[in-house]
Amino acid sequence: MLSALLVMAGIAIVLGAVLGFSAVKFRVEGSPLVDKIDAILPQTQCGQCGYPGCRPYATAIAAGEADINRCPPGGEEGIHKLADLLGVEFKPFGGGTVLKPKSVAFIDENLCIGCTLCFQACPVDAIAGAAKQMHTIITSECTGCELCVAPCPVDCISMKLIGENIANWKWKYPVYTLAQAK
Amino acid sequence: MRTLHQFNGGIHPPDNKAQSTQRSIARAPLPSKLIIPFRQHAGEAAKPIVRAGDHVLKGQLIGMPVGSISSAVHAPTSGTIAAIAVQPIAHPSGLPDLCATLIPDGKEEWIPHAAVDHRNSDPAELRQHLRMSGVVGLGGAVFPSDIKLRPGNQKIKTLILNGAECEPYITCDDMLMRERAAEIVQGAAMLCFMLEAGEVLIGIEDNKPQAIAAMQRAVADSGLPFEVVAVPTIYPGGSAKQLIRVLTGLEVPSGKLPTDIGVQCFNVATSYSVYRALAHGEPLLSRIITITGNVRQAQNFEVLLGTPVQDLVALGEALPDTDRYIMGGPMMGLPLSSTAIPLAKASNCIIAVSDKLFPPAPPALPCIRCSRCAQACPADLQPMDLFWFAQSREFDKAQQFSLFDCIECGACSYVCPSHIPLVQYYQFAKSEIRAHGHDQQAADHARERHEFREYRFEREKQEKAERLAAREQAAKQAQPAVPSINPADTMQQKIQAAIARAREQAAASKPKNTENFTAQQQAEIAEIEARRAHIHELAKSADEPSKE
Amino acid sequence: MTEYLLILIGAVFVNNIVMVKILGLCPFMGVSRKLETSLGMGLATTFVLTLASGASYLINEYLLGPELSYLTTLSFIVVIAGIVQFTEMVIQKTSPVLHQVLGIYLPLITTNCAVLGIPLLNVQAKHNFMESVFFGMGGALGFTLVMVLFAGMRERMEGADVPGIFKGSAIAMVTAGLMSLSFMGFSGLIK
Repeated sequence: MLSALLVMAGIAIVLGAVLGFSAVKFRVEGSPLVDKIDAILPQTQCGQCGYPGCRPYATAIAAGEADINRCPPGGEEGIHKLADLLGVEFKPFGGGTVLKPKSVAFIDENLCIGCTLCFQACPVDAIAGAAKQMHTIITSECTGCELCVAPCPVDCISMKLIGENIANWKWKYPVYTLAQAK
Repeated sequence: MRTLHQFNGGIHPPDNKAQSTQRSIARAPLPSKLIIPFRQHAGEAAKPIVRAGDHVLKGQLIGMPVGSISSAVHAPTSGTIAAIAVQPIAHPSGLPDLCATLIPDGKEEWIPHAAVDHRNSDPAELRQHLRMSGVVGLGGAVFPSDIKLRPGNQKIKTLILNGAECEPYITCDDMLMRERAAEIVQGAAMLCFMLEAGEVLIGIEDNKPQAIAAMQRAVADSGLPFEVVAVPTIYPGGSAKQLIRVLTGLEVPSGKLPTDIGVQCFNVATSYSVYRALAHGEPLLSRIITITGNVRQAQNFEVLLGTPVQDLVALGEALPDTDRYIMGGPMMGLPLSSTAIPLAKASNCIIAVSDKLFPPAPPALPCIRCSRCAQACPADLQPMDLFWFAQSREFDKAQQFSLFDCIECGACSYVCPSHIPLVQYYQFAKSEIRAHGHDQQAADHARERHEFREYRFEREKQEKAERLAAREQAAKQAQPAVPSINPADTMQQKIQAAIARAREQAAASKPKNTENFTAQQQAEIAEIEARRAHIHELAKSADEPSKE
Repeated sequence: MTEYLLILIGAVFVNNIVMVKILGLCPFMGVSRKLETSLGMGLATTFVLTLASGASYLINEYLLGPELSYLTTLSFIVVIAGIVQFTEMVIQKTSPVLHQVLGIYLPLITTNCAVLGIPLLNVQAKHNFMESVFFGMGGALGFTLVMVLFAGMRERMEGADVPGIFKGSAIAMVTAGLMSLSFMGFSGLIK
């Protein structure tokens, strides 16, 4: 009886010592996983996921607090990538998620009053302007997050769809009509 | 006798070239309207420098090159610009692009132009001249030729002229070599001079004996040490990488260019255009185009760029049962949606098609993994695996299997017993991968901007705090010592100093209450307080939108 | 020397713990979706099993002896749990992505019936120290081999034209069954 207890206690102490030592030696600081998740997210900083930006959402995913299907701008492809990275099952978008096509903002210069509220809202500094000066969207930088539309007091910002042109046209998935059997 | 090498795969479709080589090249009559696209080359489209209503001369510059990979666009004849507008062009998407509509005045008035002595000119100037003459690769890729003449990190040992023309039905290069061999050889000499190439090889498929003979005569007459080499007829032997392999035995590594192994390749028609541009100062205004297929008069015509397809079809006299047209060859050509589309630098052939000539493809059946496609692939790829990956959208795996080394020749779909349109799957996969690459770049860029913005906010808050601290400090120094404490007391002085330091640090957050102010100091402090309140307000309103 | 080689080959092919002994199916099905992760999992299990076989032999032979043989299972589990924790810490330090991808399956190596089964089989077969270690290493290498093969097949099946009902786990199970059948071909390889 006593020998059994001693043996088990001995094994436990030895293992505990080894684990304690290695816990100190193999300590891991920081979380490079957050960077990897952040690299997959589309960086529109739109907040549609419920978090104030892409990095906070990445941190939440890494901590296991957030689901991977909260990012509409990333599309289904983004969810697949996150599922692959984290080794979890793919989960489609929840009901009620609106997938909007890519668009850029446009300021109607006749209405703009130069109040500076829109460029304070823009997460990527895509609006050029100054107090009492005309504001304009730098189209090449605009990610279409729509955060500027709400703060504008005169409602001069609208979203324009980026249509298909020769530069961004993609080959479609081959679909061919099968001939009728004769 | 030069030893020729082989590449794996390849197919032997029937030539169908005899129909269009019976007659010599004819000059197409002036069309009633020319539609000149501003994007006739790889890279950025040219920028219009003329407006509707302008009168232009033949060879006048109407589109300036934009960016490093671009070429110029010229008016192919004299006349009036009717419009600069978006029109349908020959593109697989069917989307329109910016074009200049030119109404010829029939006078064919040339702009003043002069030859360039290439032997006594700076190489960079020669390249600029070619860029401004709109000289691009006429083998189909329309890559600006001036860029291919830039010195690379490797010395060019071999310059290859590509006269192979492996695709069935197309005979424009064949006829060009038969009739204008001397100019092609002179152009090759210019290219060789500009590249400082060691040797020049002219590769011609052996189904073109007259062209081979004509080029050999021209080389002999010129006295230049070029070599005309007859290569075995096999499709796609005219593809640059494959021709290089056959002539030199060298393989262009995946993802690299021929210049990386000391070889450069130009089409014979490009060589001809280089000659015209340098020896005569003529920009690229026309090219030889074959009209063949379901036509009465299959022939090659010298056609002005911008001629609508219907004019060429009328010259070839399409038969009544023709119901569609292909721009290019039967393997890699583009089905046209309308005959109003203009012919451009990339157009080498128009095939009039009827159901009798090209029966419609049978329905595609499932892949049986027979591997005939892998046997036929000239790039040593595994087409059936690429097909499976493209079908299931596993683009990473497709890239791993060297999807971007596919030259889209169509040999795999030609041999597929299930009639699967394989090339369409590869094109789909490639454009998805490219689009994703762009999205990724845009996302990284947006992240950088966002992170800088957050850093800028922090920096501004920091600077504000420092400014306020400095002002507090200034206000504090102006007031007398704290009352009811003897300033001569060292201990108290130390405490005072400590209190002052603490106050500086807490200056932004805590308003101060001190006694014994003068009126002026009170006013100053009141001003500071007011300003601080205002700054706080602005800072608060800046915070709020990002919290939404 | 030859008998160690025979034990190794026997453990990898003839008595393959997944395909023949049907142990360790949980990580086999769970981690074998991608080639890289299954290789990582296999190597982690190899590390754990080799150490565990050696340590459990030593404990069983010298600490427990014949009187305390009823503590075999208990002490083996404790040792395995400690080694798995140690392995997890090492993996988290060296490859955080692998650690995140393996996720819950890494600590589940503790409850992997193959990892407990092999030391118990060693006790049953009365192997000496070297034989135990080789048997453990061979068992784990066989596990890795089968995981990698299966992962390769599953990756191919991703793009294959599988009927809707069978997509995912169902066709994976069918494939595993067929693989198990094929491994029966090795029986009789070693006397």
